[in-house]
Amino acid sequence: MKSGHLKFVRVFVSLAFFGLTALVFLDLASVIPPWFTGGILYLQFIPSLLAFMHGAALGAAGWLFVAALTVLFGRVYCSTVCPLGTLQDAIGFTAGKRRRFHFRPAGTIRYAIAAVTALLLVGGSGLLLNLLDPFSAFGRILADLVRPAVIVTNNIAAAALEQFGQYAVSRKQWAVLTPLAVGVAATTLVVVGWLAARRGRLYCNTVCPVGTLLGLVSRISWLGLGIDHDRCTKCGRCVRVCKAGCIDLARMRLDAGRCVACYNCLAACPEEAVHFENRWRRAPAMQADQGRRNFLLHSGVSLLGLAGLPETNATVLQSKPTTIPEAVTGPVSPPGSISIERFSSLCTACHLCVSVCPSRVLSPSLLEFGPSGMMQPRLNFRASYCNFECTLCSQVCPTGAILPLTPEDKKRTQLGVTRFIKENCVVVTDNTNCGACSEHCPTKAVRMVPYPNPLNRALFIPEVHADYCIGCGACEHACPTRPFKAICVDGNPVHARSKKPESTALEIKINDTEDFPF
Amino acid sequence: MDRRRFLKNVIGGGIVAGSTVAFGNYSQLLAATVAAVPAYDLVAVRGGEPGVMFDRAMASLGGMQAFVPKGSRVVVKPNIGWDVTPERGGNTNPALVQRIIEHCLQAGAREVSVFDHTCDPWAQCYRSSGIERAVRDAGGKIVSGNNEGYYQQVTVPEGRRLTEVKVHELLLEADVLINVPVLKHHSSTMLTVGMKNLMGVVWDRGYWHRNDLHQCIADFVSCRRPTLTVVDAYNVMKQNGPRGVSTADIVQMQALIVSPDPVAADAAAAKLFGLEPQAVRHIQLAAEMNLGRMDLGALSINRIRL
Repeated sequence: MKSGHLKFVRVFVSLAFFGLTALVFLDLASVIPPWFTGGILYLQFIPSLLAFMHGAALGAAGWLFVAALTVLFGRVYCSTVCPLGTLQDAIGFTAGKRRRFHFRPAGTIRYAIAAVTALLLVGGSGLLLNLLDPFSAFGRILADLVRPAVIVTNNIAAAALEQFGQYAVSRKQWAVLTPLAVGVAATTLVVVGWLAARRGRLYCNTVCPVGTLLGLVSRISWLGLGIDHDRCTKCGRCVRVCKAGCIDLARMRLDAGRCVACYNCLAACPEEAVHFENRWRRAPAMQADQGRRNFLLHSGVSLLGLAGLPETNATVLQSKPTTIPEAVTGPVSPPGSISIERFSSLCTACHLCVSVCPSRVLSPSLLEFGPSGMMQPRLNFRASYCNFECTLCSQVCPTGAILPLTPEDKKRTQLGVTRFIKENCVVVTDNTNCGACSEHCPTKAVRMVPYPNPLNRALFIPEVHADYCIGCGACEHACPTRPFKAICVDGNPVHARSKKPESTALEIKINDTEDFPF
Repeated sequence: MDRRRFLKNVIGGGIVAGSTVAFGNYSQLLAATVAAVPAYDLVAVRGGEPGVMFDRAMASLGGMQAFVPKGSRVVVKPNIGWDVTPERGGNTNPALVQRIIEHCLQAGAREVSVFDHTCDPWAQCYRSSGIERAVRDAGGKIVSGNNEGYYQQVTVPEGRRLTEVKVHELLLEADVLINVPVLKHHSSTMLTVGMKNLMGVVWDRGYWHRNDLHQCIADFVSCRRPTLTVVDAYNVMKQNGPRGVSTADIVQMQALIVSPDPVAADAAAAKLFGLEPQAVRHIQLAAEMNLGRMDLGALSINRIRL
């Protein structure tokens, strides 16, 4: 195979990764099994790295594979696995073939951005990482922009088919759209898209912390692209197709730190002057690295300026004063996240769980988890409630922020505790029966007990047995009172274990002596 | 009143059916409707499998063609509210649903659709309950009920608290509605049977809950009266209803009640459960509103012990 063909291999592999990654976010019919999703997302760098760092799972070694790949071949990740990279290529491709790139000297701002991101992370806030991580940014674009559009299209098609008595395509329910998440996703798309259309892979070589990190690694990679001084005619074809703008024809070299291994240059070079070099054979010139110096310098500056800024979740999670009468003491994090602090430090807000949640209870948060937890999903009981039998979010989470739970464990995991606000209850205000909360309660933590009342009606009122509550929010969601609910779930900062619902013997013995008591 | 309407249905159905079949069949059908229809108000069966009990019940009511005219659109409304397996008794028995659809199609129904506005996520409920598969196997159509787009506003003619309600569009197009509740304990309405099961054809259940639930349940019967109520009392949830906690909540009663009168069906089911019909307020209210009868002693009931 000629090395020029590598470009087509790259295009094929990148489209495969892109398509499959998009599919797991857009699976309206919920047919993709979690193991498949896990396989597709195994190599996503930041999710895998976070999962690995927190010892979440032995299987979370995808980032090591990517790192090894980079050590050997450079930033192959950026042109194949990374869905945001492929999205940029696609936007660039449609933006026109006439687009021409030219060499730009390496900037240093990328190191500053990466340093701030890393420092914030160490300080306890993953917000910047969550915003910039290409996988999570791509996830939000799909989950918060594309998926709603797909649902609209699906529902229009379903409504059209209904006219012919066809119900094979079912209408899908709306997820709760969080304006913040939609806004961030749209902004990301516009900025990344504009940069891609105008300047190729500028995002990857300036903003993306993964690109910066892998760029540093690829400087020492085994195989890298170089220019054969003897063959090169300086025709400049390679420079014009280089999305990274990293080919310095004047000095006849490629900037390995910015090369995204797209191999466009290989395909464009008529003389086969662009070729792979074994860069470990030659002793690299030991010249002072300006980029690395700047990286260290910026790190120091950032450290001084930012010390104390990142807010730890512990400070935000305390019972906060609020104006809403339900006044829940804290948000509810997904089952398997163990504690809100842990969840908040691991979640990159890729919104995959938001996309796959069958009950649509997971919604991007605003400030419920604190400023650094923006857009991380919480259980929104206005939207829905957590289905007792379901463990899907815990099975697909690529960062390990939500750890896998068996159905048995999930049914005993207490995310929060429900609280009954008697004064709001329709049984008290109207003296009519309701019981929607108890009806939905899967563990009978909410039971109905007789309620003596002035009208002498046979009324029943909820009674909470907190030990059995798992905080699924079914009661809160079902509670019909408006505008404020009569029952609500206070999130547990650290998830607890609920008492197993006891299977009591039947209180009512049926009298089977008579087949038909009428 | 009910008997008259029932006979009208039977004869009407017979004429529609008869007009499209050969003369020999026609006379047979007519003979069946006139001579053999025992005109039972209610049939109760015990001691068999769900499908078998339904076969026997329908035979004694003159067959499904007495209720399902040829070429009609049928909606079968089971309870599929919860993401639980059949042995938990939280949803209608899938074998019963399957048999009902088969009867409808044999009677010449153009199509049989099945849906419920579920509480838990619908796709999971449809799957776990076994009803999705049962409907497909029987040749029916399984339809989602969990999107407001399916629902259309209608008025409730005799509603005291419920005057307007959004119901599933399938119901508006349907010629026949077969309500197939499962008999269960209910934490606040004491019992859930047929009329309560019809909460699954409307969009905003919360409105009912905050506006005198029992009254709304009774009111809705005046909006859409089921052609037939088939009460599944095979596995009966005697406590922790309507969702149930485990199979310890279940008593296997192996019973089935079929009636064109939704109030009578619920009243008989209440007795079977061990409650007096008047103890369940919506049954009492519906009887008061003349939507059906709860005085079981005055009805002609066929009791079949298998």
